[in-house]
Amino acid sequence: MKKVFERTKGLVDIPMRYCPGCGHGVVHRLVAEVIEEMGMLKKAILIAPVGCSVFADEYFNTDAIQGAHGRGPAIATGLKRIKPECLVISYQGDGDLASIGMAETIHAANRAENISIIFINNAIYGMTGGQMAPTTLLGMKSTTCPAGRSVDVNGYPFKMCELLATLDGAYYLERTSVHAPANVIKTKKAIKKAFTYQMEGRGFTMVEILSQCPTDWNLTPLQAIERVKNEMISYFPLGVFKAPPKPTKQETVKV
Amino acid sequence: MPKIDVDVTRCKGCELCIVACPKDVIALSDNFAPSGYYPAVPVRPENCTGCKLCAYVCPDVAIEVWK
Repeated sequence: MKKVFERTKGLVDIPMRYCPGCGHGVVHRLVAEVIEEMGMLKKAILIAPVGCSVFADEYFNTDAIQGAHGRGPAIATGLKRIKPECLVISYQGDGDLASIGMAETIHAANRAENISIIFINNAIYGMTGGQMAPTTLLGMKSTTCPAGRSVDVNGYPFKMCELLATLDGAYYLERTSVHAPANVIKTKKAIKKAFTYQMEGRGFTMVEILSQCPTDWNLTPLQAIERVKNEMISYFPLGVFKAPPKPTKQETVKV
Repeated sequence: MPKIDVDVTRCKGCELCIVACPKDVIALSDNFAPSGYYPAVPVRPENCTGCKLCAYVCPDVAIEVWK
């Protein structure tokens, strides 16, 4: 009998401090496993955001830096330009990337910076106690919209993948989720593609991952994955929003 | 025979592995773990097929699978 699943060497051997059922742990594991499989443990630099994953640098067995709120893409730009041989990953949440860091994100994508962003979209500010985020769904209650988000007062939730897909600089954009085993496997493939494209120097890559936040949604973990499945995916459709063009028929035919 | 090992010091009892398991192998324990949660434990280990679905969804990377 042999071990077919064990804790990856990309994660430090300490328990994580996330709430029960939080999606961050799964995404941490996937990112760490991909880094390990690519043999980049000594050459990866992770940028931890401000948010629940602010301590991500303690969990990853790689080099890491903790950035100012929303400035992950700007730090990643500098790191990648001086160390092009390194795998530079900016790990960000929705309050970090889509609110205070919106300008950095759009400009980094537009400059076609050769970096990868892992964007955790759980539709709420987790660390500060469940305030409304730019991606909070319409009608969803939070501490700063206790009657539910309304279009009249708060506008519409941002769809980041669709927004960035209009920019020529973005090379690979995909939205996945981690609420079920099949989606976890797809998410790992998407992360691997993004990191591979970065190391090939193709340009800006981002994987948006729909994740659950049971604590600030005031739900149990099982109710939270149901909300991702039934409510979030219908507003944030899963799929690839920008991908490298497939070779045309003429290019694939051998002359 | 395939089997799973749950590290009860990491498990926070979120039950995601319980709904992911197609063979109903896992359930919450009746006893507290040192962390204060009711941890997941394999209650019907003879049904385990080593499919790893529980380990894929575990947010705390608390499950090891043997096959």
